[in-house]
Amino acid sequence: MTGSHIIQQLQAAVPNLTASEFRGQTRVVVPVESIFDVLKTLKEKFAFDLLVDITCVDYLYYPDAENRFGLVYLLADAETGRRITVRCFVNDPEPTVPSVVGLWEGANWLEREVWDMFGVRFDGHPDLRRILLPEEFTAHPLRKDYPLQGRGERHNFPVITRAEG
Amino acid sequence: MAVTNVTGRGEAGPATIVELPEGVAVTKLDELVSWCRKNSLWPMPFATACCGIELMATGASRHDLARFGAEVFRFSPRQCDLMIVAGRVVMKMLPVLQRIWQQMPEPKWCISMGACASTGGVFDTYSVVQGIDRFLPVDVYAPGCPPRPEQLIQSIIDLQEKIQREDTIFCREFDAPSRQQPPRALRKEGREERGEGRGARG
Repeated sequence: MTGSHIIQQLQAAVPNLTASEFRGQTRVVVPVESIFDVLKTLKEKFAFDLLVDITCVDYLYYPDAENRFGLVYLLADAETGRRITVRCFVNDPEPTVPSVVGLWEGANWLEREVWDMFGVRFDGHPDLRRILLPEEFTAHPLRKDYPLQGRGERHNFPVITRAEG
Repeated sequence: MAVTNVTGRGEAGPATIVELPEGVAVTKLDELVSWCRKNSLWPMPFATACCGIELMATGASRHDLARFGAEVFRFSPRQCDLMIVAGRVVMKMLPVLQRIWQQMPEPKWCISMGACASTGGVFDTYSVVQGIDRFLPVDVYAPGCPPRPEQLIQSIIDLQEKIQREDTIFCREFDAPSRQQPPRALRKEGREERGEGRGARG
């Protein structure tokens, strides 16, 4: 099954779906309402059984960007090695996408990382906590409006002097 | 060898000369204790990054830290008296580092190895602590990115000299002004020079 074949079938099932191919890579952009259905179809009907990565791009300050956050799902078929990229866009103030932990168990930590770094919520996630930063951290540091040097988190500690041991 | 023995009772009598037996030397107890301490350092390797590789090379056979009496790396802070912080320390790690430092028994010393541990290095970001001396007392800084084993050995030799100069009896080392200085970030003049308060920049 070629990439264009997949695109045709998906376009028949999902409205507002744009797709493109470049050098053998298939890219699909879907509206956030149908992202779960598309990923479920890709897994169950097109045998994309491996979730390679979930990541996010913050398009703030990006010229001609219409939406702020772009979620990126990278899927692969472990048997044939085919790959597909699925994207959807979400916006402030409460960027939320449905969780795909029900489809791939491995999505658990990937979604926690996106929540940690970008503050995108995943509806239906069983345990949406921070994964890299400490729990008391309040910001989402990979957002473009977060300063590179932070807001003082790195120096908010007690000082131990020699006399205190 | 002869020493002048002044009678201890404050009498104005003439000083007597005593001959020391062969094989006997006289020194200050401070000097002796410091000499024992400096030649038997037990490092606690707090290695978080590439400096840790050089730290391992320093302890290995080619450079052989055993020549300076500091080869016994222990991974329990309770058995160590020298903490070598090798590598960058992030904000999530710093409370751990402080806890390990507090678990080490006195007397104890700290070497900040490499650019990252000393200043944050190239990692001027939200998560990396810009020098562990902001929150911990540091005795010796080893420059380099990472420092070669020779450099680390040099800092251990420097630390040994520092230990030799310390008073030990009656725990006077804790009162010494050189050890009472607050960490760099807390010194008032330094803050004003850089135009920032503690953590104002980041």
